[in-house]
Amino acid sequence: MSRAGAPPAAAPTAGETVLELRDLTTEIRSVRGLVRPVDAVSLRVRAGEVVGLVGESGSGKSMTAFSVMRLFPTKAARLVSGEVRLRGRDLVPLPQEAMRAVRGREVGMIFQDPASYLNPVLSVGRQLEQQLQAHAMGRGARARIAELLRDVGLASEIAGRYPHELSGGQAQRVGIASALACRPALVIADEPTTALDVTIQAQVLRLMARLQREGGVAMLLITHDLGVVAEVCDHVYVMYAGRIVEEAPVASLFAAPQHPYTQGLLAGVLDLIEPKPIEVAIHGSVPDLASPPPGCRFHPRCPHVMDVCRRETPPHFEVGDARAACWLHDGAPGAEATA
Amino acid sequence: MGLSVPAAPTAVGGVRGFWRQFRRHRLGVAGLAAVVLLGLVAVFAPLLAPYDPFSTSRNAFAPPGSPGHILGTDHLGRDVLSGVIWGARVSLIVGLAAAFTATVIGIAIGAVSGYFGGWVDELLMRITELFQIIPRFVLALIVVAFFGSGLTNLILVIGILSWPQTARLVRSQFLRHRSLPYVDGARVVGMRAPRIIFSEILPNVMAPVIVVASLDIAQAILLEASLGFFGLGDPNLRSWGGMLNTAQGFVQRAWWMSVFPGIAISLAVLGFNLVGDGLNEATDPRLREGS
Repeated sequence: MSRAGAPPAAAPTAGETVLELRDLTTEIRSVRGLVRPVDAVSLRVRAGEVVGLVGESGSGKSMTAFSVMRLFPTKAARLVSGEVRLRGRDLVPLPQEAMRAVRGREVGMIFQDPASYLNPVLSVGRQLEQQLQAHAMGRGARARIAELLRDVGLASEIAGRYPHELSGGQAQRVGIASALACRPALVIADEPTTALDVTIQAQVLRLMARLQREGGVAMLLITHDLGVVAEVCDHVYVMYAGRIVEEAPVASLFAAPQHPYTQGLLAGVLDLIEPKPIEVAIHGSVPDLASPPPGCRFHPRCPHVMDVCRRETPPHFEVGDARAACWLHDGAPGAEATA
Repeated sequence: MGLSVPAAPTAVGGVRGFWRQFRRHRLGVAGLAAVVLLGLVAVFAPLLAPYDPFSTSRNAFAPPGSPGHILGTDHLGRDVLSGVIWGARVSLIVGLAAAFTATVIGIAIGAVSGYFGGWVDELLMRITELFQIIPRFVLALIVVAFFGSGLTNLILVIGILSWPQTARLVRSQFLRHRSLPYVDGARVVGMRAPRIIFSEILPNVMAPVIVVASLDIAQAILLEASLGFFGLGDPNLRSWGGMLNTAQGFVQRAWWMSVFPGIAISLAVLGFNLVGDGLNEATDPRLREGS
């Protein structure tokens, strides 16, 4: 049915590793030099799991998603090293056509601003049909589209609507329908609720969580919103200035954040409910990636900075069920350096 | 939250909304009337024409208003009105078919050029410029003189000489559209380039292309008439340009032989130009009322 690299038809079994990034590094050539928005990022998403990728804007989390899809917003960006394993198969060496067959078929993507990702002059149904046809699934498209729209809680008449006739919530539901249209193994959601009204945010989140559970797909959820993470994620990676600084199951992350950056992020959240002394909040801003600080990239803003932080990049230390890239955990009881 | 609330219908898009925009442009409506009249005359030529346009009679040089010959007759006694009516067919067929040919070529070249960019774009744009600097009329004259002036040849020659403007327009539109989010969206769901070009981007850029196409029709009609005037029209058809050609020798003796085909040409060219202007204004969002 498919012309290049027929995708595995079987649905992923629970617990199977669907996406694994190993030391993924992406570079952008800019006038100010070589920038690495994604620097040796490793992460893993299992079937049936929602994994959060958290960080401030500019931390490289969206760039990580683009690297997986190998679709960059600029021609100056290039994947330089590392592996992108989708169900065990490394996508990095794949030729363009094979990569195209992966997009929208094996990996679905949900965007922050879904309305602008829809074609303004084509009806919703026509756009979903185009996607199905692009993956040789055009037969029975009409029925599949009706089913998809029902799944995301939209009336089947929506198929005849044009993007400007949709509300923000409806557009995002269409975006979710598109991401799930070809029954992918992995869905990457890049700030899926950021542009929505608060009431609709909750609905869309619940919908995504339900569809993800029912379909057993793996989901990588990119967000800066820790509230969203707490609500739907099983496991969290915290990204700072292109690197993963902490990784933990969601309960551990909120109960006992191990990296000072994560601690600061959480303090920022808690501030709203019960004001904390100002010193735990994070001062300064994300460093300029064209000339990142040496050693730990967080050290200029870190309240616990030590000499070693300025000199050497911290490895990931295992602390309980979490892993944190911070020298504070060097030699701490139970801590063990890995990779 | 709006899920069950139907979206309000908007003026944007839809045939009815478009017509409302177009109607505001009075000259455009007048042009459309001329074009519709031309179309009806062309379609019903056999019913409307009082005589066979080629049938001669002894009643040569009859002035307009003569019994049975409202627009007079020519030097061979052929009815001028019948010639003008049958000529509408030739003009319209050549105009539409040549503009269609030019639009298809222009879209193909402009789309590929603008979407892929790089050396493909460089190469195609140099070729386009080459076609733009060629004096169209002279080349058409030579080609038709060389390969013959059948209807198909006329259409192909005019079409092949008329695509550069469409190509440049389509290219500039594709340059703008290829980096818009909806195109990224199409790539993200795994569409191949041909589908993205023709099914995703092209529908978004058709409005200005149709405007140029309607102007192309006017140009093609004019070019066909010019070729006919130089005696290079299809000899088996009565065309406006051909009538002007025969009228050359009799301008002082029988002004009606040249004036009526001339008026027909002017009306047709003006009509399509005005329609083009009207379409342009109706599709230009800056000139739109409301949203």
